[in-house]
Amino acid sequence: MNTQSQENDSPIQGGPPADEPGRRAAWLQLLLGVVALGVWYALYSQLLPFADWFAYSLLGLSPESHLGSAVQFFVYDTPKVLMLLLLVVFFVGILRSFVTVDWTRRVLAGKKESVGNVLAALLGVVTPFCSCSAVPLFIGFMTAGVPLGVTFSFLISAPMVNEIALVLLYGLLGWKIAVLYFVTGISVAIVAGWVMGRLKLENHVEDWVREIRAGESGMMDQKMTWRERFEYALDSVRDIVGRVWKYVVIGIAVGAGIHGYVPEGYLATVMGDSAWWSVPFSVVIGIPMYTNAAGVIPVVEALLGKGAALGTVLAFMMSVIALSFPEMVILRKVLKPRLIAVFIGVVGCGILFVGYLFNAIV
Amino acid sequence: MKIHVMGPGCAKCKQAEQTVREAVAESGVEAEVIKVDDFQEIAKFGVFSTPAVAVDGEVKVVGKAPNKKDVLGWLK
Repeated sequence: MNTQSQENDSPIQGGPPADEPGRRAAWLQLLLGVVALGVWYALYSQLLPFADWFAYSLLGLSPESHLGSAVQFFVYDTPKVLMLLLLVVFFVGILRSFVTVDWTRRVLAGKKESVGNVLAALLGVVTPFCSCSAVPLFIGFMTAGVPLGVTFSFLISAPMVNEIALVLLYGLLGWKIAVLYFVTGISVAIVAGWVMGRLKLENHVEDWVREIRAGESGMMDQKMTWRERFEYALDSVRDIVGRVWKYVVIGIAVGAGIHGYVPEGYLATVMGDSAWWSVPFSVVIGIPMYTNAAGVIPVVEALLGKGAALGTVLAFMMSVIALSFPEMVILRKVLKPRLIAVFIGVVGCGILFVGYLFNAIV
Repeated sequence: MKIHVMGPGCAKCKQAEQTVREAVAESGVEAEVIKVDDFQEIAKFGVFSTPAVAVDGEVKVVGKAPNKKDVLGWLK
């Protein structure tokens, strides 16, 4: 596969492929890509008519019946969300082949707080990251001299604001809520990280982490050809969609059940904006719940449809995704308990604020 | 030859270890595969993103599981 190797003296990755056969292969791949996009669009545009036909004509269910609306919801939303995921994960994969953890670390190392917090929160969205990498990443950032608060901005934004959450929000709730989530999620990461930087908690990092010699990373750049970037993106599609599809299907099935069977307005009493305690309650029950964005958002969609308030639901969702016990257990290896408590406290307050804000203005 | 596979045990880290072991078996090269799951040890390699693979102390890949062809290339 990777027969052509290419030398590139520039420290920035990439560069045009030099050899002719490589270029022809790249054009062929581009053509294939365009065809695939066309097929994708043709299928995508037929999903709604198909779901209507499937539920109301083939199965003969009435659009007004509980079962009918639940089935139609499930048959329409499942392929829709999965198709959106395929597309977005692929393009984010291409983007990620440029943004490595090492690169992010170098960018953040020279930055002051505030600017650093903003950059870290934004880079958290696109840097390849899984929660099992949180500890090595934390060590890497610390040894490179990235301020603690900036590191936290990254650690908050990386799991919370990601392409999977945004695709699901866009697919199920529309672009306005997706944008709202993006902006508030980034803001929580920036502000919470900044506050934690102000609290001067450096001595609550485990001692052995601070003793590690600040060293150059073992490997500066992994130079990639375009073909390798495509392969990387396809790999991430296989990996992410392969991992996430079950949650999407289960989540949408639960959502479909709520959609069809829970009466309109039922949740307004529990999760509506009239009860002051609904926001903190949502945050607290969100912490032990551990699922990813893919599992929680279809449920959220259905809750909103039944009268739950937007702020309460956003708070619930952020709490489920950003504050989770398993991640705390992993972080415990590098952070002393007090710092973990502060982390939960500060992020929790940020989420509470978002919840109340949206309940007040929407 | 010593090959270090670094990672705390997430799915990709297991995949990396398996690929390396298969490649070693396939190539017939005498190599010891060592799984490193202690973060302190991992940090000593200058690796901040897992999984990662190092051959004789030289880090070859970071942040993703290598494919078998790559590993076979390093073994030569």
